[in-house]
This record gives sequence, structure tokens and C-alpha cells, in this order.
Amino acid sequence: MVSGNELQEMYETMVTARHYEERLQEEYLVGKQPAFDISAGPIPGELHLAAGHEASGAGVCQHLRDDDTVTAPHRPHHIAIAKGVDLKRMTAEIFGRESGPSKGKGGHMHLFDPDVNFACSGIIAEGCPPAVGAGLAAKKQNTDSVAVAFLGEGAIDQGAFLESLNLAAVQNLPVVFVVEDNDWAISMPKDRITDVENGARRADGFDMPGTRVDADDAVAVYEAAREAIGRARDRNGPSLLEVQVHRRMGHFMGDPEAYRPAEDQEAAEQRDSIERLESELRAHGVDDETIEELRDRARERVEEAIEWATEQPEPEPDDAYEDVFVNPPSGVTDSEPSLAETGGDD
Amino acid sequence: MAQQEPQQTERSLTMSRAMVEAIAHEMREDDDVFYMGEDVADYGGIFDSTEGLLEEFGYDRIMDVPISETAYLGAAVGAAQAGMRPIAELMFVDFFGVAMDQIYNQMAKNTYMSGASVSVPMVLTTAVGGTYNDAAQHSQTLYGTFAHLPGMKVVVPSTAYDAKGLMHNAIRDDDPVVYMFHKRLMGIGWMPAPEGPKTGVPEDEYTIPFGSADVKREGSDVTVVTLGLHVHRALEAAESLTADGIDAEVIDLRTLVPLDTETVRESVSKTGRLVVVDEDYQSYGVTGEIVASVAEDGLGDLEAVERVALPDVPIPYARPMEDEVIPGVEDIETAVRNANE
Repeated sequence: MVSGNELQEMYETMVTARHYEERLQEEYLVGKQPAFDISAGPIPGELHLAAGHEASGAGVCQHLRDDDTVTAPHRPHHIAIAKGVDLKRMTAEIFGRESGPSKGKGGHMHLFDPDVNFACSGIIAEGCPPAVGAGLAAKKQNTDSVAVAFLGEGAIDQGAFLESLNLAAVQNLPVVFVVEDNDWAISMPKDRITDVENGARRADGFDMPGTRVDADDAVAVYEAAREAIGRARDRNGPSLLEVQVHRRMGHFMGDPEAYRPAEDQEAAEQRDSIERLESELRAHGVDDETIEELRDRARERVEEAIEWATEQPEPEPDDAYEDVFVNPPSGVTDSEPSLAETGGDD
Repeated sequence: MAQQEPQQTERSLTMSRAMVEAIAHEMREDDDVFYMGEDVADYGGIFDSTEGLLEEFGYDRIMDVPISETAYLGAAVGAAQAGMRPIAELMFVDFFGVAMDQIYNQMAKNTYMSGASVSVPMVLTTAVGGTYNDAAQHSQTLYGTFAHLPGMKVVVPSTAYDAKGLMHNAIRDDDPVVYMFHKRLMGIGWMPAPEGPKTGVPEDEYTIPFGSADVKREGSDVTVVTLGLHVHRALEAAESLTADGIDAEVIDLRTLVPLDTETVRESVSKTGRLVVVDEDYQSYGVTGEIVASVAEDGLGDLEAVERVALPDVPIPYARPMEDEVIPGVEDIETAVRNANE
């Protein structure tokens, strides 16, 4: 059973993630209204917000340590927050500032924090193979760390995902695949892109356990993830989880969502995992005052991060030319043998 | 010189509307034409490439497909070989890596490998380009990548007029055509286009032949060769350079494969100076190809050469850095001045 403390931790993580997305939405829309112009305002580029996805990040990452690897897709903030990515620096990256972990080169779809082994990629399902690689490294290095690849349900038809399931299975690697099912692959409902309603059944073809958590429920995610991550940590191989979440803010900011029936949006919001967890907290005897404290702390942390981020300088234009390579373009040359000394004839 | 004489028309369209008009026309004429892609049905294409087509043609011919580029781009190849004329959309050109085997080892090579006993009459449409801070995985143009690999015709419209005529030709062509449309030119509500791509477009069908570059502006001092978004940036630069007494000729390549080197060479033989402007990476790319093709046959004509392209770095996210690497109007002006020194 999940402890009261852990429930509170998950709740704080989820409230932080929700408030973060709500505040980023506000900041993102500055300068972009009334006519939405993607290239105006303080936050550059596309923005894919994860409000409604919180149960997945919090319920899974509750079981993870800093040395465990997480790869996330283009909608990464709630997962990054749950994994413990530095919120101030991550926010600076999203605002395109020099103090971001990628110095403003990556942005919101390309966040990297090696301190907690977090990375994300803007190409769907493409985080799966690197997660398998982290699992492979753990096996070769004989550690008990695990890797978790998050992806959306729209990504479960990709070769990168299916090939990764197979490689992780056949090599018996400590990897957990977490499919966040928010019902919509941009404008395409799930039944248009797969005949398998339960995406966890993809696991059957690779002879690995597959579990679907059918409600926006952080505690149920926590329980399912405990088993899958425990299995990986005990060197018993990979697992697949599919977790029902919902999408509250469109595929990306500016998505008119004309394809989406209003009832669908309303029904999704009714399943709010944060409200559900709050009821759970009360059932565990947590009082209103404590809940309010958790919420205040989350809000404060988010406000501090945004304030700090927006005070950071922008990168210089010429910084664009740095960081293509770690070694100089000539490569590591100081051990190159001289033909004269080695007796070669040129 | 293959300069186009656009028909006079009262009606002007955005580039996306012009492109869609050609697709709709071909679909009415030929039941074998259909469109496959992600978010092309109800959404109408993330960049408006299929806006309104679902209403007329229904889900059977405007097909939303799973996010499985290898499968559906390869299925387009197979359907084309079986007698259909599919149009398949790769949402961002940056996603090519997910499905490059189907694009390059199947679509582009099957004709040749079969001794032309097989043909692949399909169009691969794809969105290209930066300028809105979408970072390294969503901002590339990759013109050079596709043009480098033999077996694909490569089309890059810069105006609504060209977008329609080139699309008609692309769909009717019996070979695979990669139709690369720049997001910034489409006239999408949330990504305002510059002045220029919205042009007069005749209601009737017309084709623009591949391999006919368009002299967008005549000039005597320097030849500026470019494509896509940068046609408009080059024209803006050319106007402002008149203040310096420099009269620049601006050539829009319109297609990279086939490449109209003749129009470029003729222009350079007149001006003696060549500036090539490209939004793709500089090395091993379009700029080098154009310069080399002119030099091969007309080295004596060349008094000056300048290249303006993306430096060899992935495209950064933050605005100051993206602005630095994507060639702007001022970068073109500087290059033209340098060529004229």
C-alpha cells in the first residue's frame, strides 16, 4: 500500500506540474493575442502542455532514483518535474535563456538534465531506443538502476517503439515503457490509429507483462509502476504500462481543436486525477490545512522558477556556433603516431 | 530563359489554398489520386495543406493514418506501383529519418532498379523551414538531402501561383516527386506569411514544368539564386540594394531536381557575380552545387561568388541564436555588397 507520505509527495508533484502548465500557458500567450502568432511573445516556438497528464509522471517517477534514466516525448514537463529536473533551469530553457540546461539551444521539447538522467525528444517514440540503451548500460555495468521510456498512445504504432519492446525483451533489460493515453494523437482519436483499444496488449507479442491503468488515477499508476519498476530492478526484464490520462490544453498552444467535440473535453476534465488524489488524501486523514500548504508550496516554487528564469539573460547570437562537438572538430589527435617514428614509409 | 508570365487574375490566394486547389482538381479528374497523412482529414493538415478536402472527398480519399511513416509512406510506394497516384504527407521534413528506407531505398530507386519496368507515380508532400523557434528537430529545410539522392524530383514553391502549377505537374508526373512547402509561406493564421507568397492564381488548371527557374527580378550587376522563403528575402534585399546603386537579378529555382542551370548560367554570363542563398545547411548542399555547376561551364564569367546558407550547426531554439543562423535580409545584402566590391 502507498503510504500517506508518498501520497502527499505525489500530490505536491502533480499540483506543481498543473500549476506550472497553467502559468506557462499564461506566459506563452503574452504578445500572441488577440491574433495568435507563434513567433511572438516571451516563450519561443511550439509549446505542448501536459495538464491532465500528471498522474502518469507522478505515479511512475515516485519509484525512481536519480540514477534511473527517463526519456520523455514532446510533452515532457510533468515528467521532468516528477523526475526532479531543476525547475528554475528548465524554465530558463523554455524561455530560451542562457541559464537553461541546454543554454537555450534545446527548448521545451529538448530538455536534458544528466544530473537526474532525464532527456526528451520531439520525435515521437524516439525516446524508446535510448531508454533501452540505458537499460543495456545498467546490465553491462551491473547496477540495479532502471530506465523508463514515456510515450503517447499516438506513438505506439511506431517502429522505434515496437523494435524497442523486442530488443528490451530479448536482452532481458531493465526497461519500463509507459504509454500515456490521452485519447488524441493531435486530431486523430485512438480508434482511427489502432484496432487495439488496450495499448498494453502490444506487450503480448513480446512475451512481456502489459498492464493498462484505465482511469486517471495516480494511486493506481503508482501500484502498477511499483510492480513494473520492481521487476526491472530485480533483473526480471521489461514491462509495458498504458496509463489513461487526458489532454486539457490542446495538442499545442494555438491548436484550435475544431476536431474535438466539446463533450469530449468536458468528460475528460471530469476525470481530474488531482481531485481524485485529493479525495484520497482526505480519506487518509490529511486535513485541509495540510493540503493548502502543499498547494501553496507548489505555487511558490513555480512562481520562483518563472521569476528566476525571466531574469536570466538571453544567449548571444554567436553562442549558436558552440557545442556542436565535445572534442574539437579535428578529433582527439594528440596520440596520433608519427609515421617517421613508427617506421612507416609515406 | 524560362520566365513565367503569370496570367492576370483578380483573385489572389495564399500558398496553401493554391496547393489545395490543384489537389482538389486532380482528385476530381482522377479517382486514383488520394491523400494520406497525419491530421490531414478533420484537422486539414497542421499547415493547412489539405484544408477543406475532407468535406468534398471524404475519409476514403483524405486518409488520416497512424503515426507510422515507414508503413504509410511505403504503402504509398506500393499503391503507386499498383496503379494508384497517391499523395503522402510527411508532417515535418525533419521526420524523414523515421522512414528514410521507404523514401530512399524504395520510392526513389524502384524505377531504376526495375529498369523502368516499374514506376512510382506518387507525391511526397512535406513541410520545411524555421523562423519560429521550433529548434533542431522541427525547423530544417533539408533541400540538399533530398536533391542529393537520385530518383526523386524535388519541388520547392515560393508563391501561390507556383504552388498550384507545380502541384498539378507533380501529381501528373509518373515519377516520385518530393513537394517541399515552407511553413512560413503557407499563409497559416498562426504563422503570418511575409508579403509575396500570396499572389494571383488563375482558377483554371495549369502546369509549371519542372526545371524552369523563374527570374523574379531582372538586374544587371549580380545574380542572386535562391528558393523557398528566401526568394522573398532576396527580393527585399534587392530592393534595398538599389539605394547602393546595385541592381540585383533574383532567380527562384522552383525545382532542385531537375535543376535549371541554364537560366542561372545565362544570368551569370550577364552579371559576372553569383550569390547563392539557401536556408539549408551550407556544406555539401544547394549553394555548393549551384556554384559548381556555374563554374564547370562558365568559370571565366565568374568575377565573384558568395554563399549565404545555414552554418553547419543544428538549428538552435532561442531567438537570438536562430536569427543568427537562418539567413536574413541583411545577410543577403552584405553578401551582395561583398560580391560587388
